[in-house]
Amino acid sequence: MTAIATGPSGKMKRRDVVRALLADRGKLLAIGGLGAPAWDITAAGDVPENMPLWGGMGGAAMMGLGLAMAQPDRPVCVLTGDGEMLMGIGSLATIGVKRPRNLSIIVLDNEHYGETGMQETATRHGVDLATMAKGAGIADTRLVTQPAEVAALRAAIHAGAGPLFAQVKIDESSEPLVLPPREASILQARMREAILGKAAHLQ
Amino acid sequence: MPDAATDWPDQIYALLKEHDIRQVALVPDAGHSRLIKRCLADNDMKVATLTTEEEGIAMLFGAWLGGEKGVLLMQSSGVGNCINMLSVPISHRTPCPMIVTMRGDYGEFNPFQVPMGNATQTVLEAMGTLVKRADAPEDVAPTVNATLRLAFNTYRPTATLIGQRVIGAKTFGK
Repeated sequence: MTAIATGPSGKMKRRDVVRALLADRGKLLAIGGLGAPAWDITAAGDVPENMPLWGGMGGAAMMGLGLAMAQPDRPVCVLTGDGEMLMGIGSLATIGVKRPRNLSIIVLDNEHYGETGMQETATRHGVDLATMAKGAGIADTRLVTQPAEVAALRAAIHAGAGPLFAQVKIDESSEPLVLPPREASILQARMREAILGKAAHLQ
Repeated sequence: MPDAATDWPDQIYALLKEHDIRQVALVPDAGHSRLIKRCLADNDMKVATLTTEEEGIAMLFGAWLGGEKGVLLMQSSGVGNCINMLSVPISHRTPCPMIVTMRGDYGEFNPFQVPMGNATQTVLEAMGTLVKRADAPEDVAPTVNATLRLAFNTYRPTATLIGQRVIGAKTFGK
């Protein structure tokens, strides 16, 4: 497992967390919420099994639900930001009812809207996303603050005992942009081909 | 003898089976209640009751990534909740069929249903959705069939609007 450094705040660096969670990923499918999480999963490797989002704010977790229900034998991991998760917070209830065992939702919580000028989000003021997920009926909810907890989280993502929700506190410093393709038809077609083979294009 | 005036929800269900729809996302509407019951009773359909309709646009995108076809059922007021999320199927070029029961249409009693009901077709079309209306019971099945075919054959959001003349208006005892 790669080392996870901490930033000026003493919290973990986001790219190190994401790289560790996506290491040796096997059949894992990853959805990256718009903004920094999309760049983070791309920095870890711009592969067809990634769906980096350029928009649809608030929809990442529900995209994960649809994908997890369609591909129940593959782990599906949604990596998104605190602002994006807050916009779609009701989807935790929808997911808590459907209980897909292969779905993990990981919120990279820097307590700010990073793409728009670092305005504070509600988590900066004490809103506890892990407790909200617990209240929505997601049994395995975690607050992750220490590098040592990340390896266990990675193992849980692959274990298929979900749904799983983790709020990972990360340093707020921004990282260099690592952009995925911007043409979204390519992003969906390459992921579908990786999952379904060439038949994806004849469905 | 089947009667289109009352059997149109069963005809929609039959179309969902014919098109191999495996995921059904919905926010309930009285007009869809019979169809919802049929879907819930079907073990080959994964039915998700949403907290807001835009969740369904996102869910259908995820379903398609994984090779499953889905449909979104909602009433016209819910269309307003979906608008920005429609950028997802538009930009990714993925199917997104919606079956919408109209409020704020013929004989509406509740003033709050009128603004969104009156704007439903306009705002969907402003967001690149192919919209077809069914205002008679016998038109529902062919229109829904067209909506499903256009979505899955041409990769875009599509919608059937089922008019209040088909469903009947809620009168609140007045």
